[in-house]
Amino acid sequence: MNYRLAAPMLLCLVLPAHAENGKVHEHIFSNGLKVLVKEDHRAPVVVSQVWYKVGSSYEPGGITGISHMLEHMMFKGTKLYPAGEFSRIIAENGGQENAFTGSDYTAYFQTLEKSRLEISFKLESDRMRNLDLKAEELVKELQVVTEERRMRTDDQPRAKTQEQFNAVAFANSPYKNPVIGWPSDIANYKVEDLQAWYQLWYAPNNATLVVVGDVDAEQTIQLAEKYFAGLQPSSIKPLKPQDEIEQKGVKKLTIKAPAKLPFLMLGYKTPVLKTAQPTWEAYALEVLSGILDGGNSARLPARLIRGKEIAVSASAGYDMSARMSELFMLEATPAEGHSVYELEYALKDEVQQLQTDLVSSEELQRIKAQVLAKDVYQKDSNFYQAMELGMLETVGIGWQKADEYVKNINQVTAEQVREVAQKYLNEDRLTVAYLDPQPITEAPKPAKLQGGHHDF
Amino acid sequence: MIFKVFGLLLFVFSQASLATVKIENWQTPQGTRVYFVRTPALPMVDIRLTFDAGSARDEAKFGLAALTSALLGSGSGDWSADEVATRFESVGATFSSGVSEDMAWLSMRSLTDKTLFDKALATFQVVLNRPAFNDSDFQREKNLTLAGLKHREESPGALASIAFHKALYNDHPYAHPEEGFLQTVGEFTVNDLKTFYKKYYVSANAIVVIVGDLSREQAEHVAQSLLHDLPVGEKPAEIPPVTMPTQASTQHIEFPSTQTHVLSGLPGTYRKDPDYFSLYVGNYILGGGSLVSKLFDEVREKRGLAYSASSQFAPLYRQGPFTIGLQTRNDQTAKAVEVMNATLHDFIDKGPTDAELTAAKQNITGGFAMRIDNNSKLTDYITMMGFYQMPLDYLDVFQSKVEAVSAEEIKSAFQRRVRPELLQTVTVGGK
Repeated sequence: MNYRLAAPMLLCLVLPAHAENGKVHEHIFSNGLKVLVKEDHRAPVVVSQVWYKVGSSYEPGGITGISHMLEHMMFKGTKLYPAGEFSRIIAENGGQENAFTGSDYTAYFQTLEKSRLEISFKLESDRMRNLDLKAEELVKELQVVTEERRMRTDDQPRAKTQEQFNAVAFANSPYKNPVIGWPSDIANYKVEDLQAWYQLWYAPNNATLVVVGDVDAEQTIQLAEKYFAGLQPSSIKPLKPQDEIEQKGVKKLTIKAPAKLPFLMLGYKTPVLKTAQPTWEAYALEVLSGILDGGNSARLPARLIRGKEIAVSASAGYDMSARMSELFMLEATPAEGHSVYELEYALKDEVQQLQTDLVSSEELQRIKAQVLAKDVYQKDSNFYQAMELGMLETVGIGWQKADEYVKNINQVTAEQVREVAQKYLNEDRLTVAYLDPQPITEAPKPAKLQGGHHDF
Repeated sequence: MIFKVFGLLLFVFSQASLATVKIENWQTPQGTRVYFVRTPALPMVDIRLTFDAGSARDEAKFGLAALTSALLGSGSGDWSADEVATRFESVGATFSSGVSEDMAWLSMRSLTDKTLFDKALATFQVVLNRPAFNDSDFQREKNLTLAGLKHREESPGALASIAFHKALYNDHPYAHPEEGFLQTVGEFTVNDLKTFYKKYYVSANAIVVIVGDLSREQAEHVAQSLLHDLPVGEKPAEIPPVTMPTQASTQHIEFPSTQTHVLSGLPGTYRKDPDYFSLYVGNYILGGGSLVSKLFDEVREKRGLAYSASSQFAPLYRQGPFTIGLQTRNDQTAKAVEVMNATLHDFIDKGPTDAELTAAKQNITGGFAMRIDNNSKLTDYITMMGFYQMPLDYLDVFQSKVEAVSAEEIKSAFQRRVRPELLQTVTVGGK
């Protein structure tokens, strides 16, 4: 249950038909809990999310992954609602629930028929301060998380490559550590470690409650007050900055794993919305990402998958809503008969063109049309709308930035795109990883077949 | 006070009526069924055309339906693949195509602003009616598929799924993976695709689903303009019935992974199965309810043996697979399989308790509104209903059908349909 959002964030456009749809109501209780409510009356449902400002980038060495481990333990009960009760009650109320952990956040959510929102508040407010961590539950859940790591990383050649890539690309930024944690750290969590981590970060003044759906904003805030306003705040120390040191030259690594296809990753150190000086650089990088990979007509699919036919997959990724400076990623799989090195050259050629030539006005227009359309499409999902608000708030950008997104993208010029390409997509800020496929030792074939089959 | 309470009730009822879905349904002159739901809240529309042209229509050319579908949206009419993509994306529209066992579909999402929508619709019309199937597009898409098939061999889960379907379906059209195999796809020619397209992408074999901010008149125009150039053709013969396995089997595939992937099951239920709701509600209790099912509880919560442990019925035109799945560290595979089997057998023997059944019904009916709370989900549901010709009141009576299921019916349905002596089990992993 961990992932990082690759999708660009999008804004909330107020629709004339429902003026109340789309407006965000904000309220902060005296204990520091921030509540954000957005009414959306299209269907009689509501999503409720509790976001905590804690994730893998908050973790010191030796306990990497503990935010994610704690996320699992949050389902193991309180004095009031013992292990299993939380999920049982949500299920019996028709709810869907889960949780996710990222580098910069841990979030819990329920989706419910609108009249059941109170159940979510009752249960979430209880486990915000009253988690009952038990050693015997940790023993079992540690195994579950170890299986999760095997499934998501250890047995996945590309995920393994990604993990090693981050560990090499970042020298001192906590983004070098995987969200799920390093294996020896996972194996050695003690219940005291989890207790301490819970005490440190799970408090109303470190959380944001986001509600989107067919509710009345004022009534929802009153209902939240009933359950959350009485919770004790904690004293939370500001995080140390841990700014990544300046990279001085390209870094390269090779990962060997049983695999069938080679794979290539390039990552350039770039600022994000929170760290960009001036801010427009982050929006220009976002547009640059769209030029390369914003749809099937973008440059990477059009030129490398079609065109040169040198790649069977090629993508660009930039997460402008991270808490700390991040990587602008290019990932690709060479086509049969082409090497990762040829493909690396082709990708760098694309980068070079962005540094020398201005992107066309047609390309800029296309991205702006897509951004406008996506802005409407995303409103089809309450969950996404809540997610956007919760994330922006939790990483410290502020939910209000969502409203400025379309405007800021629209203001990006071809010159600015070229400027950020020159400034950031250069060799000295680059890390390159090659996945070197090793034979899958035994050809996969049935080794043993017992019993019969069908009537023929 | 009394008035207030009364008013509140009225309010609830009026909201509930908004939650029901009004499906408009008609036929084009060529005989294509059209399903339309007007959702005026957002200025956007989803349009999906679905053909009975999924991988079950591959015959011996495994992967042909998928590759034919993948070519749609490449060169079309006088436009190259680049031009098609640019036409859609310059107006913010998204296009996709794909296949499942039974279905092949083309989907478009667009804003409903007239200028933008007209261009998107005109592009969609050409993509559907005039795919060029030129040789360069064909070779490229074929190579992309072949690369994807190689990549699949890195995944123990994918290998397990292939072996599992083969064990369940043997020589039935549901036996092979939708994408096909390296050997079969490698032999395709562009003429194979053209022949497949001509036979199956015809009006008589299509349905259209439109969900969004259009008037009925506009929706009629959309369906008509998309389909009027498509030949009427004919519906293909029914997919043959599934032959059940005659005895249980287990097979192991060696793979250099740290986990072993376990799949176990048999051909399960189909869309119009009289046992469908008994099996569906029963499976929620057994392994469908994600964090609260028996399998989740026994395998994960009590023993920490796996990250995920679940079961599902995938209803198709014929019996789709009933699948129990988990992944566990190689050396504890036997133990996990034992727990999985014991949980299944116990459920088949005893059926659900009254408390379990009540909880299941509360979840399914209490969460019903979330099944259809946006345009994406509505498009999926209505496609399913239209394609399988379910009654148009399917969504209206869904909750009462769930409520009507008894513990005895679940027990009986599982005993008749999930027979342990026919279970097919596949494991893929290391020692």
